[in-house]
Amino acid sequence: MRLRLVRENTSIDFFSRARIWLGLSMVAMVIAFVSFLIQGLNYGIDFQGGTSIRTDSAIPVDVAEYRTVLEALELGDVSIATVDDPLFDEDQYVALVRVQAQEGDERIASETIESIQTALRTIDPGMTFPSVESVGPKVSGELIQTAIIAVGLAVIAILLYIWMRFEWQFAVGAVLALSHDVILTIGIFSELQIKFDLAIIAALLTIVGYSINDTVIVFDRVRENLRKYKKKDLKEVLNLSINETLSRTLMTSVTTMLALLALFILGGDVIRGFVFAMMWGVLIGTYSSIFVASTILLVLGVKRDWSKKDPSAGTKYGHIET
Amino acid sequence: MLNISFPKLLMIWLTVIVGLTFAMPNAFYGRVETHNDAMALIETGQTSAALEADAAQWPDFLPSSLVNLGLDLRGGAHLLVEVQVEDVYASFLEGFWPSVRDALAAERDTVGFVTREDSIPTELRVRISEPVGADRAFQIVRGLASPVASFTGAAATNIDVGINGPILTITLSEAEMAAMNERTILQTLEIIRRRIDEVGTREPTIQRQGSDRILVQVPGVGSANEIIELLGTTAQLTFNPVLGRTGEADASPGTGNILVPSLDEPNVFYILERRPVVTGEDLENAQLDFDQNGRPAVAFRFNTSAAREFGDYTLENIGSPFAIVLDDQVISAPTIQSHIPGGSGIITGNFTVEEATNLAVLLRAGALPAELTFLEERTIGPELGADSIAAGQIACIVAGIAILVYMVLSYGLFGVFANIALIINVGLIFGLLSIVGATLTLPGIAGIVLTIGMAVDANVIVFERIREELKTAKGPARAIELGYEKALSSIIDANITTFITAVILFTMGSGPVSGFAVTLGFGIMTSVFTAIFVTRSLIVIWFSRARPKTIEV
Repeated sequence: MRLRLVRENTSIDFFSRARIWLGLSMVAMVIAFVSFLIQGLNYGIDFQGGTSIRTDSAIPVDVAEYRTVLEALELGDVSIATVDDPLFDEDQYVALVRVQAQEGDERIASETIESIQTALRTIDPGMTFPSVESVGPKVSGELIQTAIIAVGLAVIAILLYIWMRFEWQFAVGAVLALSHDVILTIGIFSELQIKFDLAIIAALLTIVGYSINDTVIVFDRVRENLRKYKKKDLKEVLNLSINETLSRTLMTSVTTMLALLALFILGGDVIRGFVFAMMWGVLIGTYSSIFVASTILLVLGVKRDWSKKDPSAGTKYGHIET
Repeated sequence: MLNISFPKLLMIWLTVIVGLTFAMPNAFYGRVETHNDAMALIETGQTSAALEADAAQWPDFLPSSLVNLGLDLRGGAHLLVEVQVEDVYASFLEGFWPSVRDALAAERDTVGFVTREDSIPTELRVRISEPVGADRAFQIVRGLASPVASFTGAAATNIDVGINGPILTITLSEAEMAAMNERTILQTLEIIRRRIDEVGTREPTIQRQGSDRILVQVPGVGSANEIIELLGTTAQLTFNPVLGRTGEADASPGTGNILVPSLDEPNVFYILERRPVVTGEDLENAQLDFDQNGRPAVAFRFNTSAAREFGDYTLENIGSPFAIVLDDQVISAPTIQSHIPGGSGIITGNFTVEEATNLAVLLRAGALPAELTFLEERTIGPELGADSIAAGQIACIVAGIAILVYMVLSYGLFGVFANIALIINVGLIFGLLSIVGATLTLPGIAGIVLTIGMAVDANVIVFERIREELKTAKGPARAIELGYEKALSSIIDANITTFITAVILFTMGSGPVSGFAVTLGFGIMTSVFTAIFVTRSLIVIWFSRARPKTIEV
């Protein structure tokens, strides 16, 4: 007996509540947007400039005490967060100290970093600093610009590719679905105020890739079925296609999720935010390729008389010679 | 029907074997690294029994390239510096002023007196007292321009001259600035490389980024500060005649002279002649030494021509002081006791041994043509890196096992085939990374784990399709064939789109992000290859032997 996530021959009607799903997505996106406007993102130093120091001490972290010694240095906004991870040793206490970029200082002053380290060593002389990162305001400005361009370029490139391989309606559906994913991912980072840094941009682009991957599989089947069942209406064809690919969609989501879960639990705290973004993205991406992309395709409609020029989609790349 | 021609089969498995062979050294990372280090030393001509033994730890006929570990995994310092090229413009114009003055002075009758106006450092403003002579002055200054060798071949001169009433404005031309930038950056790269090599760390990365930036990555350094101290000093060394001492910071030194603060005496300023007798560029060697009181000092030796100049100067100026100036600070101002003919001497100051050693290194490597600004600085401790690797490994293994089990539960024997392909897939990723000498970063490990999750996707698409085809097709062989045929377009489309994002990430990202893009991109290539060819050939081999009447996927 095989493990099956989905019964064979499902015939779920995915569009009976299309309005609810679309409405739900809209509401979620509005919440994401409002949250972004009101509380913004918790930018890491990559995007905001500043210095981030990881401390490692044998004495439990007393945030107030850390704050007191650092405030004496008058460095402006200082944030201290304790880090906890199951992989730490028993008497290993880690904190992340973050100091804003110093006013009017384009370069990074190593004296500032040293003074922070000296101040913190008054609490625990044996304290070590496993990582010290400092980004100047000039570079952080550029990084954020590059990040936005990267995400934008990826979306446009995908739009063009899908347009080329399918019809424009598919491209619009796919791009709206992945914009939905990007917005909701940024939204949850804003809502939960998780640190948003360069790695999250990488995660964001991977989500874009994953989500589009899922969508394309469904669309590919839609195209095939549109040619196969010329008489069925679009809604039926879409439903059929989603049902046929449902098993694969969920299967892949589960395997990817398993991998990410392992990384989330065991991969250490340094990349946890990154992995979280991806897990969220896989969830949203799976949802959006079923509900958002296809619903948009249904709304836009597809002209169907292109079967003549390309009678067999599956052989577009030729047979693999066997 | 369902079979793959023998040559094709051979090609597939040959590719797999080659890929895995290249991946193999990574399984013995420490050993291969020792071997490579020893080989590198042997190549430079060193030999010893210990080196031979180290080299013998890994056989020569096997590939020995390894996946580089990024700084976040190995630990080390990462710095992004910006070269202040404007410094060079300014000093060029500074040097240009005397020739402008002299050329105009020769035509005093038409242009009148020539004075220099205050201006921003990147331009030179000159006022003439006879406005009617402005055109003549313009021509004279234009005549001083020299041609710039530009890449476009267009004739360009090195300066632009503007005129506004009695004021001439001299700026560097675009072509000259571009040429100067290029020269400055190349020179800076070279000097940074020499300075870092002097400290002797392994495999530093020193790369130009954009027009005026340099990325420096030094593995195994405990703190970026060590590197900053090494690079933060321009190490401009000059020996200038001393005209006087003063306690006032705003004292006027007079034309042709400069006011330079003392390094160790607070509120002491020296009035020096601007033109140095000799400069650090003429140094042949510099090293740590000790003075007669046993205090650390730097011993230096000039090259022959500078030694002669210095000798002549000391002979003529016995009894008067001269200053040793380093980066606009007077280190010491001894009095010339006697003629110094050999061109060698020592610099004393209140140095510690470390400071003196560093100064010697800096003097040997040469002065930077321009100051550096540090834009980005990251230090990762080696322990944190090792922890990340360990965590990544565990996560990979756990993720791998979970997926292997899950695939077998879902697809039975076919799941086993997919699993073999998955393991080969991970091997191939490492093989590719090693071949191109890519750098593995922490997000890169995440990329691999993600690939493990997504790699089965192509197999899943095929298997699901075979299941569907089994319902309608005539016999299992046909179903498998159709399954592969029809799934191909989906697999290609889906992976090309993901690949597009990987390419964009790679080109736009820096450091860890591009490391992630590389593993993601390679992961897509290998997973498509393994799903289409490896799993398929496994299925075909099994099918042609077992000849099952029915199959269950």
